[in-house]
Amino acid sequence: MHIDYLVRMANDIGAFFANEEDKKVAAASIRQHIHRYWDPRMRSRIIAYYNETGGGELEGPVRAAIQQLAEETAAKA
Amino acid sequence: MHALDFIDPGTPAVPEPAAGAVKQVTVEIDGFSVTVPDGTSIMRAASQLGNQIPKLCATSSLKAFGSCRLCLVEIEGRKGYPASCTTTVADGMKIRTQSEKLGQLRGNVLELYLSDHPSEAECCSSNNRCELHEMAAAAGVSESRYSLSGVDGIAAGRTHQHSSKDESNPYFVFNQDACIVCSRCVRACDEVQGTFALTIEGRGFDSKVSASQAESFLDSECVSCGACVEACPTTALTEKSVLSLGKAEQAIATTCAYCGVGCTFKAEMKGEQVIRMVPYREGHANHGHACVKGRFAYGYATHADRITKPMIRSKITDPWREVSWDEAINYAAAEFKRIQAKYGRDSVGGITSSRCTNEETFLVQKLVRAAFGNNNVDTCARVCHSPTGYGLKNTIGESAGTQEFDSVMQADVIMLIGANPTEGHPVFASQMKRRLRQGAKLIVIDPRQIKLVRTPHIEADYHLQLRPGTNVALMNSIAHVIVTEGLAHDEYITDRCEAQSWEKWQAFVSDPKNSPEAMEAITGVPAMAVRAAARLYGSAPNGAIYYGLGVTEHSQGTTMVMAIANLAMATGNLGRVGVGVNPLRGQNNVQGSCDMGSFPHEFSGYRHVSDDAVRATFESEWGVELDSEPGLRIPNMFEAALDGSFRALYIQGEDIAQSDPNTNHVTAALTAMECVVVQDLFLNESAKFAHVFFPGSSFLEKNGTFTNAERRIGRVRKVMQPLGGLEDWEATVRFSNALGYPMSYTHPSQIMDEIAALTPTFTGVSYEKLDKLGSIQWPCNEAAPDGTPTMHIGQFVRGKGKFFVTDYVPTREKTTSRFPLLLTTGRILTQYNVGAQTRRTLNVVWHDEDRLEIHPHDADVRGILEGDWVGIASRAGETVLRAQVTDRVQPGVVYTTFHFPESGANVVTTDNSDWATNCPEYKVTAVQVVKVNQPSEWQKRYHELTERNTRIRRDADVHV
Repeated sequence: MHIDYLVRMANDIGAFFANEEDKKVAAASIRQHIHRYWDPRMRSRIIAYYNETGGGELEGPVRAAIQQLAEETAAKA
Repeated sequence: MHALDFIDPGTPAVPEPAAGAVKQVTVEIDGFSVTVPDGTSIMRAASQLGNQIPKLCATSSLKAFGSCRLCLVEIEGRKGYPASCTTTVADGMKIRTQSEKLGQLRGNVLELYLSDHPSEAECCSSNNRCELHEMAAAAGVSESRYSLSGVDGIAAGRTHQHSSKDESNPYFVFNQDACIVCSRCVRACDEVQGTFALTIEGRGFDSKVSASQAESFLDSECVSCGACVEACPTTALTEKSVLSLGKAEQAIATTCAYCGVGCTFKAEMKGEQVIRMVPYREGHANHGHACVKGRFAYGYATHADRITKPMIRSKITDPWREVSWDEAINYAAAEFKRIQAKYGRDSVGGITSSRCTNEETFLVQKLVRAAFGNNNVDTCARVCHSPTGYGLKNTIGESAGTQEFDSVMQADVIMLIGANPTEGHPVFASQMKRRLRQGAKLIVIDPRQIKLVRTPHIEADYHLQLRPGTNVALMNSIAHVIVTEGLAHDEYITDRCEAQSWEKWQAFVSDPKNSPEAMEAITGVPAMAVRAAARLYGSAPNGAIYYGLGVTEHSQGTTMVMAIANLAMATGNLGRVGVGVNPLRGQNNVQGSCDMGSFPHEFSGYRHVSDDAVRATFESEWGVELDSEPGLRIPNMFEAALDGSFRALYIQGEDIAQSDPNTNHVTAALTAMECVVVQDLFLNESAKFAHVFFPGSSFLEKNGTFTNAERRIGRVRKVMQPLGGLEDWEATVRFSNALGYPMSYTHPSQIMDEIAALTPTFTGVSYEKLDKLGSIQWPCNEAAPDGTPTMHIGQFVRGKGKFFVTDYVPTREKTTSRFPLLLTTGRILTQYNVGAQTRRTLNVVWHDEDRLEIHPHDADVRGILEGDWVGIASRAGETVLRAQVTDRVQPGVVYTTFHFPESGANVVTTDNSDWATNCPEYKVTAVQVVKVNQPSEWQKRYHELTERNTRIRRDADVHV
């Protein structure tokens, strides 16, 4: 799946939570949204992108959210 | 002409008051005592005793008029012979409906009418019913002393006979010879439909019914709803189908398959042939009214383009081969199994349709979850109202509208956002217009000047004509006024909402950056108008919000739905009759297809697939382990198809190649798949990319239920055999069996029983109860055995209402010097959605192509004149349409409909989407418009592809 498409979707989600002052809460909300609504192949693709590149295109707390997902996946493996 | 089995009580029932009870009055009619509500007419009271007082100008859908002088009665102690339609009952009244004198009076009136009316043989030549002749027969009047040919040497007077017929409307004829000028048609157009297209022209003998300014019906303002035809007591206005096919033999109640209003109809049948569709007066959504689509545009069901044989092909460039159902189903099942074996369990999926029944939709999602073994199921609501589900679930706790349609009759201020009810939801629009004529106020929020902004006897108090894509900015500025001017309902908020979320939200909207003055530069709406509109809504005793796809189909669709819920909560406008948040659903079963668990992340009743307890109930009922991970949404399926991880798709009753945005992208994805199964009435756009075709069944050919925009579940009843041999759900059952997951339903009622067993909001629903009650609004369970017209009474479904901060985030779709205009899309009354049905009816006389609306200023600078071909280019693609120059759109904005596939409206729309649900941003596309003299490259390719990919090789061809 094209990573630009997923990054754009993730950043769109992040924009909704941009007003949240507590960035940890924002990251947790973004993480939860992606966890609940994204098909596993989409999640693993964006996690792979994060692991490979550090997720430079992910804006603000979105990167922290994907980092959380990456860590959870690593812990399960 | 009334419905076949309708007994007309003559005048409307006395409306139930908002509070308290109406006084009851007892009268005696011809010696029989009857008790009725105060205000009831004598005519209606008599009807309650089974006593039909003769009448011609009275019918229960219209206010009493008192012109025909046939319904005269005698009242003890009163002088004269008052009309029973306009005289209301009074306690102790003694009424006689028959006497010698009354007989003489009525007889004379009837003779006068008959003297200028076609004979019974002429009038009723097609077994049509003429109430005048019925009344004459009942009164024993067979001849008129005022004969047409003159009597005893006295020359005949002038008559209205032999005037010309108006046959311009494709569905009905106006024959002035048979008109008795009772005004029923004129009053129906005014009172029921609210278009005011008809009038009585002239005075005295010259009086005649006239459409607009003595125009033909087709050229007039008439919207062809048919209310006049039904109201006509003679044969002056008659359906062409009745004239050509004769009178029906039986009437079967069913639910319309067009828009989300979900009107109840009586299908009047002669054998398996539909003679006409008559809106059912007992129908709770429509109360006997209909529109040009539901009443007249059913001819597609028997159109020559229907595909009635299953077909397969191994490549989409091959001709189709007609095969048996068994062969088609076994082929599809073998392909799905092969693909899953090769590419994995998650490489296949399905799409359910809002045009199919609840039972069919439930079955397709069950097939995907239980037989495919994944959650790759989605529905067309993805591209229309998915943000409604998400936004309302999170704020107030249920993914549905809060009211019933009738609630609008108690609204004081109506806020209409991004919806165009006179076109998209015409029967509800008529009801809304009735309320507006009674004095309710109207705020329209729309980039375009829709009809309701100014239409006969209605003018919006405020039209906030915002720039496309700035909904949330405008809503925040309205909320700013509500909160900072002290219009918030503090007691309600304290009592019913989460305090912390309120504090956060009210601080957010109070910020000066959200004031109307600050937002004016973004929205383009004058701050003073925003303030005035906000004050109007905020101070209304009952403020009701109605919205459509102009809210949801944006990159901030979900945010806007939340902003709407925030506003309703802040003003205390939820949880009683007359208020609420009301999404107007586009297609007939959008609500139902969502309810039935069509989304990839949730089971029926909106419960997430990761919920172990919920999943366990489904696993135990279905006897199979279910996936706990969400599946792919429609746009994700396209992405996955292009990367090779998604290879097969079962599409029931949907046409993604026409209706989904960025057509080039969609067709590339479909082309990349190895097996696409399309189940439809016609070889639609998606079928051009399919390998298997299952012939679909129309709503006339199957049993089931639809759920309309007010959560109302209504029965769909089979009136003819499926042309393709199977109802849609039967094909799904056979597909499942072929895949090795057994299904054994023999009737859709069994599927509904399973839905009820598995879905807490449906536990009380059954076909038996639907037959008894007519329709049911869910939730229907132990707590609400007869259903729930109004939700959130006392407390919200989620407990405390939750406010969400809704920052305005501009769309990525920006105008530039290359793409300086904003394109937005919408609908027209006579066509429906992708047009597959309505394009195959005579509705094309009103709209036979999609046009591009452009403001005179924008047209002028481009040298574009009315009717010119114009190219519309966006970042996604390019198409060509003819221009319609109009100031309905504001400068900088262009608009089109998407009813014709060759228009390619979605070639231009982009794949930007709502952040929460991936609902596409159809309503905002940056474009350039230029004058051209030939079709676009896409349109040329489209015609080549249609030629190549829709060939059918029939057995007959093979032998030649």
